[in-house]
Amino acid sequence: MMDVIGLSADLSLVTALSYLLTVLLPTMIIAATPLVLASTGELVVEKSGVLNLGVEGMMIMGAVVGFIVAVESGTPVAGFVIAALAGALLALIFGFLTQVLLSNQVATGLALTLFGLGLAALMGQTYTGIRPPQTTRLDIPEVSDFPILGDMLFSYDWIVYFALALVGAVWWFLNHTRPGLVLRAVGENHDAAHALGYRVITIRLAAIAFGGACAGMGGAYLSLVRVPNWSEGMTAGIGWIALAIVVFASWKPGRVIIGAWLFGGVTILQINIQAANLNILAIAAIVLALVTVVMIAFNLRTKSRQGWIRVAFLGALALLGWAMALTWPDFRLDSAYLSMTPYLTTIVVLVAISGDRTRAALNAPASLGRVFHASN
Amino acid sequence: MKLFKSLGLATALTLATGGVMAESHSEDPLKVGFIYVGPIGDFGWSYQHEQGRLAVEEEFGDAVETTYIESVPEGDSERVIRRMAQDGTDLIFTTSFGYMTPTLRVAEQFPDTMFEHATGYQRADNVSTYSGRFYEGRTVQGILAGHMTESNVIGYIASFPIPEVIRGINASYLAAKSVNPDVEFKIVWVSTWFDPAKEADAANALIEQGADVIMQHTDSTAPMTIAEATWDGLEEGETGIYAFGQASDMMEFGPNARLSSIIDNWAPYYIERVQAAMDGTWESADAWHGIAQGTTTIGAFNENIPEDVAAEATAAMEAIAAGELHPFTGPINKQDGSVWLEEGETADDGTLLGMNFYVEGIEGAIPN
Repeated sequence: MMDVIGLSADLSLVTALSYLLTVLLPTMIIAATPLVLASTGELVVEKSGVLNLGVEGMMIMGAVVGFIVAVESGTPVAGFVIAALAGALLALIFGFLTQVLLSNQVATGLALTLFGLGLAALMGQTYTGIRPPQTTRLDIPEVSDFPILGDMLFSYDWIVYFALALVGAVWWFLNHTRPGLVLRAVGENHDAAHALGYRVITIRLAAIAFGGACAGMGGAYLSLVRVPNWSEGMTAGIGWIALAIVVFASWKPGRVIIGAWLFGGVTILQINIQAANLNILAIAAIVLALVTVVMIAFNLRTKSRQGWIRVAFLGALALLGWAMALTWPDFRLDSAYLSMTPYLTTIVVLVAISGDRTRAALNAPASLGRVFHASN
Repeated sequence: MKLFKSLGLATALTLATGGVMAESHSEDPLKVGFIYVGPIGDFGWSYQHEQGRLAVEEEFGDAVETTYIESVPEGDSERVIRRMAQDGTDLIFTTSFGYMTPTLRVAEQFPDTMFEHATGYQRADNVSTYSGRFYEGRTVQGILAGHMTESNVIGYIASFPIPEVIRGINASYLAAKSVNPDVEFKIVWVSTWFDPAKEADAANALIEQGADVIMQHTDSTAPMTIAEATWDGLEEGETGIYAFGQASDMMEFGPNARLSSIIDNWAPYYIERVQAAMDGTWESADAWHGIAQGTTTIGAFNENIPEDVAAEATAAMEAIAAGELHPFTGPINKQDGSVWLEEGETADDGTLLGMNFYVEGIEGAIPN
């Protein structure tokens, strides 16, 4: 078969595209879902001015509790709900220590992770080697079977849609509701918010509990859908990635999705380009081409000159990638480089944030991590 | 990640040890320490080392005092090993390849402490090395995989490109190829020893690419779980994806999917070395035991394996144990087509311990 795009010698253009859209994209979205959940929760916590580094601990707590409840009750939904409660409960320990007893947030958050990992290992001891009940997938007759689009959009389990809806809800809450505005005010300047009569501590505790619930659900997604079994330490650092994504997203809900897809997608790509023997240059070219198309559609409405310059730039990059893929059809990227990408990006974002001038533009809550006491 | 681990380890160490012992008396129990790369509940590599530690406790009772620290990242292990040595531990087992240089560095500073490093190749006066000849087990697995695959695609989840892992891939491939000339290996390097989600993703990707037998050289049970899930709702006579237990039996994780397993049995070696340390006869040495000594144990076979296939695999296992069969017997070419072993020639341990090439027929490149 002719290798039109240099993706892989074994694939035609149509099969290559359908592979990307029906195999790679869905697995990427599934891999990103725990990250979307946990990062969105942590974003709300940080927006309220609290830095909770215990995401990993809350996630593994959710993983074990969700697993136990789903196995015992036979219903995954119950597992997810109780996992969220367990995550919130664990988060409230952090909340009590940092908001009421005014302990250091960084140290308490780290301790929460350790506590969560240990407690989860203890609770899960008798649950290894058991299979959880299956989480139902969306299955709309006709629609889910529709070629390509069915697999792309309508074949996930309900948590995937829930996570995306949650991001939308959080965006709306933060930007278009009064309580959202109050929460942000607390995160920007807790003394001013206090002076205006808002209950800083109550609001922060609510945010912390919400963050814990989201992390708990994300953890349950690992043990109930993605792996699916319980094993000790199974989060393996994903909570820290969720924290990085919040920074990467510069505290904007929509960007959390992009960050999660990037981090999740890179893991999936790293594995799949090896399994399917794909040329990363061709993948980059295709992704760039798709983004270009989306931007053209977007620009037809806004008609901004700068937009067209961007389109031209991206399109040129896509063509360049295509040319490179055809020139070096045997190019195979060492998987180690791909694993590095999200971390490098986060470091770049962190460096950008550390410059004071851009800080405001990047949205970091001004009171993030600072201790509040009404007497100050 | 690192910060949290460091903090955790520091806490664990502070809790575990009351103070630094100035000198040990002869009636004091021998202090034996173990350092694991994963959690003891991984039901794979670290779990089996922990079984070895428990066997030592059982054997010697009050005469030993054992401690362990789990989930120690390789990059951050030197400090942990040093703390263990500072706390007066007499004999320290460091059980991951990446602990090699850290172990040697600490050993230099503590000449009176005995160290045992698993799967490494560098020794010192007070550092022994030990490992299992797991590639012997890989040969048995390769025979089973080569016969049982219908798609002729075998998926292999590899951790890090170190000789131990490459040896396993080569041994499996040669054995599978010997019974099934059409067999093809798809190898995915995941750059981790333990990450259930990533290992599960790798298993799914390999299945998507047509693999119907999955082999793994990582420590979690996730690939087995993924293979087992493919057996749900099958009609009579249909089969799902097969997999092998790695380091541990993993029977309960894949009652249908599990073909067999390589079980690392460290207990005999640990007991022997602790005894030697007690007797004062401990010396730096290298132990590389396989099927014959029981360090590499082959788990029970799946019922779906036809009798003749099971017999062939058992015969290979027995021949290896008896020293009649070497998994790397020529003619074998390297991936680039150059001759590695001539007809009838067998590989020497030195080459095996430093193996950094694929044999002919395996596609793809080993990552750096």
